[in-house]
Amino acid sequence: MATDTLSTGHQASVERTRVIRASLQKRHLSEAIFKGLGLTAIILALGFVALLFTDIVRKGVPAFTQSNLHLSVTFDPAIIGTDPAPVRADGQSDADFQAANLKWQRDLAMLNWNKVIEASLRAAAPAGFEIDTKDILSIAETDARHEVREMFVADPTLLGKTVEVDVLASANAVNWIRGNIDRSLPDTQQQLTAPARALIDALVADGHISNGFSWSIFTNVDSRAAPASAGLLGAFVGTLWMMLIVIALAVPIGVAAAVYLEEFAPKSRLTDLIEVNINNLAAVPSIVFGLLGAAAFINYLHLPISAPIVGGLVLTLMTLPTIIIATRGALLGVSPALRQAALGMGASKTQMVFHHVLPVTFPSILTATILGVAHALGETAPLLLIGMKAFVAAVPATPFDQATALPVQIYLWQGNENRNFFEPRTAAAIMVLLVVMIMLNGVAIYLRSRLEKRA
Amino acid sequence: MNSLIIAGLLLVLLGLAYQSGWSRSRGLATADGVKVHSRPQYHGSYVAIWTLVPALLILGLWAWLGGGLTHSFIISQIPAETVQSLDQVGLNATIARIQSIASGYGVAGEVLPYEQTAGDSLRSFNTITFLLVAGAAAVAGIVALLYARSRITARHRARNAVERVINIALLACSAVAILTTVGIVASLVTEAYRFFTFIPPQDFFFGTVWNPNNAGSAGNWGSYGLLPLLVGTLMITAIAMLVAVPVGLMAAIYLSQYAHRNLRAVAKPIIEILAGIPTIVFGFFALVTVGPFLRDAGNLIGLSINATSALTAGIVMGIMIIPFVSSLSDDILNQVPRTLRDGAYGLGATKSETIRNVLLPAALPGIVGAFLLAVSRAVGETMIVVLAAGNSPVLRGNPFEPVATITVSIVNQLTGDTDFAGPQSLVGFALGLTLFVITLCLNIFALYIVRRFREQYE
Repeated sequence: MATDTLSTGHQASVERTRVIRASLQKRHLSEAIFKGLGLTAIILALGFVALLFTDIVRKGVPAFTQSNLHLSVTFDPAIIGTDPAPVRADGQSDADFQAANLKWQRDLAMLNWNKVIEASLRAAAPAGFEIDTKDILSIAETDARHEVREMFVADPTLLGKTVEVDVLASANAVNWIRGNIDRSLPDTQQQLTAPARALIDALVADGHISNGFSWSIFTNVDSRAAPASAGLLGAFVGTLWMMLIVIALAVPIGVAAAVYLEEFAPKSRLTDLIEVNINNLAAVPSIVFGLLGAAAFINYLHLPISAPIVGGLVLTLMTLPTIIIATRGALLGVSPALRQAALGMGASKTQMVFHHVLPVTFPSILTATILGVAHALGETAPLLLIGMKAFVAAVPATPFDQATALPVQIYLWQGNENRNFFEPRTAAAIMVLLVVMIMLNGVAIYLRSRLEKRA
Repeated sequence: MNSLIIAGLLLVLLGLAYQSGWSRSRGLATADGVKVHSRPQYHGSYVAIWTLVPALLILGLWAWLGGGLTHSFIISQIPAETVQSLDQVGLNATIARIQSIASGYGVAGEVLPYEQTAGDSLRSFNTITFLLVAGAAAVAGIVALLYARSRITARHRARNAVERVINIALLACSAVAILTTVGIVASLVTEAYRFFTFIPPQDFFFGTVWNPNNAGSAGNWGSYGLLPLLVGTLMITAIAMLVAVPVGLMAAIYLSQYAHRNLRAVAKPIIEILAGIPTIVFGFFALVTVGPFLRDAGNLIGLSINATSALTAGIVMGIMIIPFVSSLSDDILNQVPRTLRDGAYGLGATKSETIRNVLLPAALPGIVGAFLLAVSRAVGETMIVVLAAGNSPVLRGNPFEPVATITVSIVNQLTGDTDFAGPQSLVGFALGLTLFVITLCLNIFALYIVRRFREQYE
């Protein structure tokens, strides 16, 4: 009887062990699968980052080089028949001299400078090359004639002389040289005619066209007529103005608001409301801030359309909640001992906050500011709504001038109809934007680690 | 130039005021047996504030009224018959010429005698008014300075007064946040109301056709049905969540529960890079890389996928939201008490069983809240959709076709150079109001859930 129970008990335990062993295998398998899924997710996420960056860099790097045409330009008096530059007479008012000067420049602008360019292109072409005027001019960028004219305006003694000038090859020529456009397409689908393409190849072969680093992408403003010379300077300065406005307004207001809410505000309905309100404001879609800008700043206050001042104000309102929330978090983290020590020494509450608590939170506020600015830097949608969709080919001298911004420039370039040429250029603009953002983030991380160590 | 001079004068005045308050306070302190209530800095600031306010008031008054005064002065200098003979444009041109003469720059062409005299008298008018305003501001400042200075005694509570001013300034700054919300709601509601005077609300909220007639006039405005846009928005959001939730959640679980410290230290910041990339960059990536790739992949397996489609925009938006989901989930998983996990281990559960059966159910409310926040982020996202969703506001359920969303239509209808006269641009505000209400509800609900969850474990 007793042995029976023992043996059945033993059997049961053996059986149980077997069942557990069998299920354990299954459980370990599902453990491995689960872990594998997690690893896959990490690899996917990291893969997306890698893919995004390599894709942008691969597309954008070629746009940092430009194709230069090396020409010998002759300022032929037969083409440039003009009066000498006006000289300022005694007693002439500034305005009158300006008018005379402008008239002289206008006369110069009426001349056909394309003839000068055409002559120098023909001089560079192989002897006896047959090509008509329109085709040969399609090789050089359309602003080449302005470049030559401005040389003459700056130095009228050039008349009759020959100088070496580098001008940009046209966007379509660049597409052909770089293979951005399929070289095997039939004539009807090519942007350049057959003789022009043949001449480009000849000019590349004998060294009249060569590649150089494209400084112009940093030093030129946007250009519609001459896409090869389109640059980011205007957009960069526009963004700079807006960021200055954001920093000048969002930081003091945000920190002050956080200090008030965290340190001074009596617990009341009103402060509760402000608190809920700030949390919600942080999650309002950015495009809604654009609507606010369009209705309040432009339609109601009549601030200028597509000006950095409006963009800066809209981005300030958008960045405020970030800075307020971060500053409040930092204030909350300050040790109570510090506060009590200050109060114990007879400091008033204001003195305690401004002399002792706020300085300790400086690293956090600085980091939050930089991150907030970096976020505002890349924001596009609200800017489109306040009119920053317009083509602006000027560097804004004040925040009240028309301007574009870096992300808006990216938006405008990706929509350009000369896709073959502007796709690399857009990617290059994105690289510039990302480099600025990465630098800002890097500075934030560096400052935080440095200041926190010291504190 | 003038404003620079005024700013300089103001700074000098402020410095003087501070210094005089400070030195007076120091003077009190040296006397024997006198205890001064406030420190000298507070007396200095007290006097400076007293000086600044009246001076600023006068300058502000001039900034407000000065332009109109100058304008009417110029007109009074032009002979009456000339004013009569000119239209508005001509008058403005004449005024500009006179101002140009007054500035000393001169004008091109013949200067009429009356222009010359008007320019000369405008120059003296400008000088006189400038001196008057600057003088008045300075006098008011100095009077206030002397008054404030005279109030300084040993028992004067300058610190309390200064702190009260600081307090009011701080309160004003936090009111900016409230004002922003008020401004958003007011501008959305008033402009949306104006839109509804053109198009009845039921046609907007329940209309199935989106076809604004951008060149239309009264009686021919076009159709403004919200539904195609809403469906497009929801479709893209759903696809984005299908990408972001599994990847983000699993990444958070792996990083917080399995990963080696070194992997965590490297992978976490890299994933968070995705959160810092501007959305226009994702849009470009979707447009030139992901879209064509999906189209080619679709061709391979016999599916017709448009390069710009709900799928393209949704997938890329999902990638964008991954770090958002993963960092929120990470936070929430870390808030589940250790004891729950240790109990499960003690009962012999494997790591994945603990996570699936103990950790996730315990964290579920918080995770749902995080997902709702992510949904609200996706609904309001603009640039990816503008670039990669194809902008085809037609009611259909196929994710491989182009769609349009609420945000895209706002961007298309409002380009900044409209005068908000017709429903074509006003509809942007009705759409914005819809978007604002949707995201607000999602956010409030999500924050409520997350807060409840936090309280549960505190």
